[in-house]
Amino acid sequence: MKDDVDSREDRIANLKGMGCSRKRVEDARFTQGKGNYVDDIKLDGMLFGDFVRSPYAHATIKSIDSSAAMEVPGVLAVLTAADLEPLGLHWMPTLAGDKQMVLADGKVLFQGQEVAFVVARDRYAAADGIEAVEVEYEELPVLVDPFASMTSDVVLRPDTVADDGSPANGAHGPRKHHNHIFTWEAGDKEPTEQVIANAEVVAEEFMYYHRTHPCPLETCGCVASMDKVNGKLTLWGTFQAPHAIRTVVSLISGIEEHNIRVISPDIGGGFGNKVGAYPGYVCSVVASIVTGKPVKWIEDRMDNLMTTAFARDYWMKGRISATKEGKITGLHCHVTADHGGFDACADPTKFPAGFMNICTGSYDIPTAYLEVDGVYTNKAPGGVSYRCSFRVTEAVYFIERMIEVLAIELDMDAAELRRINFIRKEQFPYKAALGWEYDSGDYHTAWDKAMQAVDYDGLRAEQAQRIADFKAGKTRKLMGIGLTHFTEIVGAGPVKNCDILGLGMFDSCEIRIHPTGSAIARLGTISQGQGHATTFAQILASEIGLPADSITIEEGDTDTAPYGLGTYGSRSTPVAGAATAMAGRKIRAKAQMIAAYLLEVHDDDVEFDVDRFVVKGAPERFKTMKEIAFAAYNQAIPGIEPGLEAVSYYDPPNMTYPFGAYVCVMDIDVDTGVPDIRRFYALDDCGTRINPMIIEGQVHGGLTEALAVALGQEIAYDDMGNVKTGTLMDFFLPTAWEVPNYETDHTVTPSPHHPIGAKGVGESPHVGGVPCFSNAVHDAFRAFGLRQTHMPHDHWRIWKTANELGLHDQG
Amino acid sequence: MIPAAFQYYRPKDMAGVLAILAEHGDDARVMAGGHSLIPMMKLRMAEVPHLIDLQEVGGLSGISIDDRITIGAMTTQAELIDNDALAQAAPILREAALQIADPQIRYMGTVGGNLANGDPGNDMPGLMQCLNATFTVVGPDGERSLAARDFYEAAYMTGREDNEVLTAISFARPQGGHAYEKQKRKIGDYATAAAAVQITKSDGSCAGASIAMTNLSDTPVFSEAAGAALAGTSVDTSAVKAAVAAMLADIDPVEDNRGPIAFKRHVAGVILARAIERAWSRA
Ligand SMILES: Cc1cc2nc3c(=O)[nH]c(=O)nc-3n(C[C@H](O)[C@H](O)[C@H](O)COP(=O)(O)OP(=O)(O)OC[C@H]3O[C@@H](n4cnc5c(N)ncnc54)[C@H](O)[C@@H]3O)c2cc1C
Repeated sequence: MKDDVDSREDRIANLKGMGCSRKRVEDARFTQGKGNYVDDIKLDGMLFGDFVRSPYAHATIKSIDSSAAMEVPGVLAVLTAADLEPLGLHWMPTLAGDKQMVLADGKVLFQGQEVAFVVARDRYAAADGIEAVEVEYEELPVLVDPFASMTSDVVLRPDTVADDGSPANGAHGPRKHHNHIFTWEAGDKEPTEQVIANAEVVAEEFMYYHRTHPCPLETCGCVASMDKVNGKLTLWGTFQAPHAIRTVVSLISGIEEHNIRVISPDIGGGFGNKVGAYPGYVCSVVASIVTGKPVKWIEDRMDNLMTTAFARDYWMKGRISATKEGKITGLHCHVTADHGGFDACADPTKFPAGFMNICTGSYDIPTAYLEVDGVYTNKAPGGVSYRCSFRVTEAVYFIERMIEVLAIELDMDAAELRRINFIRKEQFPYKAALGWEYDSGDYHTAWDKAMQAVDYDGLRAEQAQRIADFKAGKTRKLMGIGLTHFTEIVGAGPVKNCDILGLGMFDSCEIRIHPTGSAIARLGTISQGQGHATTFAQILASEIGLPADSITIEEGDTDTAPYGLGTYGSRSTPVAGAATAMAGRKIRAKAQMIAAYLLEVHDDDVEFDVDRFVVKGAPERFKTMKEIAFAAYNQAIPGIEPGLEAVSYYDPPNMTYPFGAYVCVMDIDVDTGVPDIRRFYALDDCGTRINPMIIEGQVHGGLTEALAVALGQEIAYDDMGNVKTGTLMDFFLPTAWEVPNYETDHTVTPSPHHPIGAKGVGESPHVGGVPCFSNAVHDAFRAFGLRQTHMPHDHWRIWKTANELGLHDQG
Repeated sequence: MIPAAFQYYRPKDMAGVLAILAEHGDDARVMAGGHSLIPMMKLRMAEVPHLIDLQEVGGLSGISIDDRITIGAMTTQAELIDNDALAQAAPILREAALQIADPQIRYMGTVGGNLANGDPGNDMPGLMQCLNATFTVVGPDGERSLAARDFYEAAYMTGREDNEVLTAISFARPQGGHAYEKQKRKIGDYATAAAAVQITKSDGSCAGASIAMTNLSDTPVFSEAAGAALAGTSVDTSAVKAAVAAMLADIDPVEDNRGPIAFKRHVAGVILARAIERAWSRA
């Protein structure tokens, strides 16, 4: 059993622990089409349910006639709100403290809203059944603009009006208007106004961060199976937070929680789309209870784009003040947040605008104020964090645009302006004006490294030449240099201020070491492609000295995994990763006692070394973790229980604050509006790096989704509330063809409070990428007077910018 | 996205196809690669109770090259691209086909389906108008020929009768320089604007030019005037401007998610100018 012939380096390499670019263990099945997704689940007698959806954005429902549908061969039932009402299930709570119709209760509030649920033998019969349900609608005035909604007499939600006709209080306090949801504030209003009023320089801007959608390759779906004999409900689904779903299902259905088993199988991407609870889940559960058969519901692509979980839709108005030298003195931000027909944002409950108050960004801004007004409109509900921690992408976009606008106002280089205002290394932990305490950072080092890597001065010189050539008629292409320095806030979060529906946002890990020295660890999170089975095994390998290849990671089954709040907001590594390390340390503590017993020395006389405990000062005397594991199960050790297991529930003391410096170089064809990304450099600092290859993959993916959002991806509505971008022909999902080559780089500033110093990285490239692409477009036109043009920067909008700046030959 | 129920047929010869068409009339439709028709059926925008798959009907595919070039209707877009002799004889076809959809779709999508579909977004119709192609259709009364330039009446309305099947496309081997220029939002997208250009040169000036535009009207637009504006010129800036102006008088784009009319007209002009420049450089 002794493998003492290996050198220490060999033993470290053998573990494939932290820092190793271990190949993803998941990929063998994914690349062979052997994954097991929810739509792969087939049960005996399984039925299929699907929705009749509203063609109108706002209408009263006069009647629903399902008699013809019931004649369609294979159709077994048609559920409407009237069927759910006696169960109290025609409405359901949202994660944001609001409630949402499960099936249309007298009216519809957005196009595509769920009106009736057709249950049939298969999805083909269900589709025919849907066609045959006759719904009589009476159209109502449509509100698609949140500003118009806030002044309109039209009442979208009757429950927002009190008996005396005034706006009723909402979940987060008083309403300003019946279509208003909440006001949320952070920072100091009066002092901020004063600083700005007295400032030497003030830049103001208004920007729209458009509505878009996470659009994972796999859409949302579930299979509900109620076993009437033992009273157990099993629910398989595309859930980013399976335990939270179990609790919510128990609370709204009245089924005791131990009788509910929620399973998230392989998930084909989530990006925030699969955090919330959807009518499809509720209807499937009800239909399974009613029919006694398993019921499957799977969204098609249009359902997914039109109804579940939009993201963004923030109208942001900013004022930023500075001295003449460019030192920022104050920041004011007002947001009008369009939430659609129901407030179904997936944010920690006390944060109706998420962590938008990270909008002071990477800068030392002494005084700031943020106010967010949430508004109802006739659009789909959602407001999820699409590949970002709660509203962090909106916050970073806001500040990174404001910096650019201030640079224009000051006639200053935007890179230099950032440099002047970065929070300095020695200021950490840094208390920001809007409330957060940044744990760590070294922004100047990262920034200087990035500027050097791209030869920033050389790029500016090239750009100046290009502008001269353009003016001289020698070229029709402009060059933009996009800059971004982002700071994220991820890893929600400390139970003292982060909860979802009262559930603290801790996370968990449970480890069982097997006698032969292999292990299984279960976590409260759930991978949707992030590679948890690979990276969490690496954390454990380094912590407990068993090879990562001998450690199975399992997630997603609430009957076996410890309670956790799931995977989104880059919280898996900061929270469950910490729990994993802590549970590993408990294993190690017990192993130390076993080793000491086996080596016949005192506990304190042995120390951990890679994969073994050695007697201090006598390295030839040791017990490997493999030997210790076996001893735990075969020896009667006085004072020590048999077995080697541990569980840890980790409540993080703070969030983590990953950051990065990005540069995009873009050429823009002024005549056609076509952008060409020549270069993209991304430096990420996510603290300790567990698996560099997986980090690089996450950065590539996040940047690609950033490119999508910045350059074309949107959920657009016409004035009647019709979705104009309901298919992948019009909803921009980039392919390898549209994606540039990315250069990745890093610095390492470990989190001081995280057990292994890791910060989370899956969302950084998206958060940093969107403003970087957008700033490049803006920068290309800066010399011609552009200050702000709204995303997405698709061909026609770029063309429009050029046109409005008079850059087209009108002759 | 589930189509209404339909009956599926897979006849082995044209007589079988025509018989089913005769029996079911409007309720029957042929399918080639299915990459326009099936999406429409799944969206329930097309209801086809009787679907006739042409895959096993013999004699509908293949490319023959002589003074005239003939292409069977069931030839896939991928086969067009792969055929080196065709790329020699009529290089504009490969250049255009490479800008249609994506490789997966091109393995299924056919030339005949692209031409018979009648969707203004399809790239082949404008291309065939530029080449002055002739379409051969067969119906209950036998075969007849139709000129590509007269074939398109309105969106999804063509000179082909419902009970006729397109069997082949032929055109004279093109002369001179060519270009197919297309602006799109991403791979797999239909054109924001596209231009097909063939130009012949003699003694340094333009002997003749043929120009057709795609997705800028409810049909492809063969702009005779644009071609005429180049003929006899040295294809200098003012000639190109005149051709663009003539083309702009012939197109009639509508606003969609690609952008408003003013943008499309501007891009159409830019795309055509670039196509002319490239074709002229190859003439
Ligand atoms: C994502 C996507 C992107 C695309 N992008 C482009 C693009 O950029 N440019 C482009 O041009 N096309 C594009 N297409 C369309 C594609 O090229 C289609 O394959 C083509 O338009 C139709 O060819 P098909 O063989 O698939 O025809 P089908 O879909 O089988 O048929 C289309 C229509 O033509 C009729 N038809 C077919 N064959 C015959 C025949 N022999 N005689 C009579 N009628 C017939 C059918 O009845 C049907 O009405 C795209 C398609 C997709 C799905």
